[in-house]
Amino acid sequence: MRRDHEFLRLKIEKYPWPMEDQVLIERILEGDRDAFADLVQRYNAGLTRLVRYYVKTDATAQDVVQDTWIAVLRGLSKFEGRSSFKTWLFRIGANLARKTGTRERRIIPIDPIDPVSSARFNEGGMWSDPPAPFTEILEDRLANAKALEACRRALADLPLAQQTVVTLRDVEGLSTKEVSQLLELTDANTRVLLHRGRAKIREIVEDELKGGYPWQ
Amino acid sequence: MAMTKDISCHQAVALVSDYLEGALSWRDRRRLEHHLEGCDACSAYLDQMREIILLCGVVTPDDLSAQAVARLVDVFEKYQRDAST
Repeated sequence: MRRDHEFLRLKIEKYPWPMEDQVLIERILEGDRDAFADLVQRYNAGLTRLVRYYVKTDATAQDVVQDTWIAVLRGLSKFEGRSSFKTWLFRIGANLARKTGTRERRIIPIDPIDPVSSARFNEGGMWSDPPAPFTEILEDRLANAKALEACRRALADLPLAQQTVVTLRDVEGLSTKEVSQLLELTDANTRVLLHRGRAKIREIVEDELKGGYPWQ
Repeated sequence: MAMTKDISCHQAVALVSDYLEGALSWRDRRRLEHHLEGCDACSAYLDQMREIILLCGVVTPDDLSAQAVARLVDVFEKYQRDAST
């Protein structure tokens, strides 16, 4: 129960915007530039991350992102809300980015995953250096901020494919299936990348919090 | 591999992300859940992974400069002008 409650709280903190996408869209159609700026604030970073997966440079990504927003404005009056706005936007972005297609087709290596360094297990595969729960620590505001910063940094340092998958799945909250479709990956590949990315972030956040336990 | 074979901690952590995705076979899920029941360390690891997913959920994009927004708003205004002519 607590977890659900916490999830809700965190989500509310992330999305303080009182307005639904649909309301913003109606205002944009009436020519409201602030509503457009709001929508850009919401989705541009995720969109840019997605587009950057397909194109070689940040500059090209910026161009494709701009073209995506123009395509969105063109199609907005016909957007029927059958999918969420975010899904629709990301699909347009992925299509345009693919057309620009400067990146060679990506090969995702499927070697066995070792999400935690082998050094932390003994020969029998039992933890020799077990993880300490950080649930309680995260209830402390300062530790929470520290963890969040470590998480942001870890995410930024991930290899491109992992970073894109974690951003779309865990930051933007798309389903695994949607992520696979946008990135033209199999679900299995998406999950491998997700797993690696999450494991790496966990490790970095753990390191960050280790030094910060007030009772140590 | 026998269905009831116990897994090690090292093997258990490899299943955690897929477990949270609901993507494990029922056999692997049973193995993992059985392991978690008797292993505080792996349960802590699972909780940590949940926390990481929550944390990612509150990461707000900070790579969007005011300048980038302004540029796109300019695009919007130009589009509006073009559309009305």
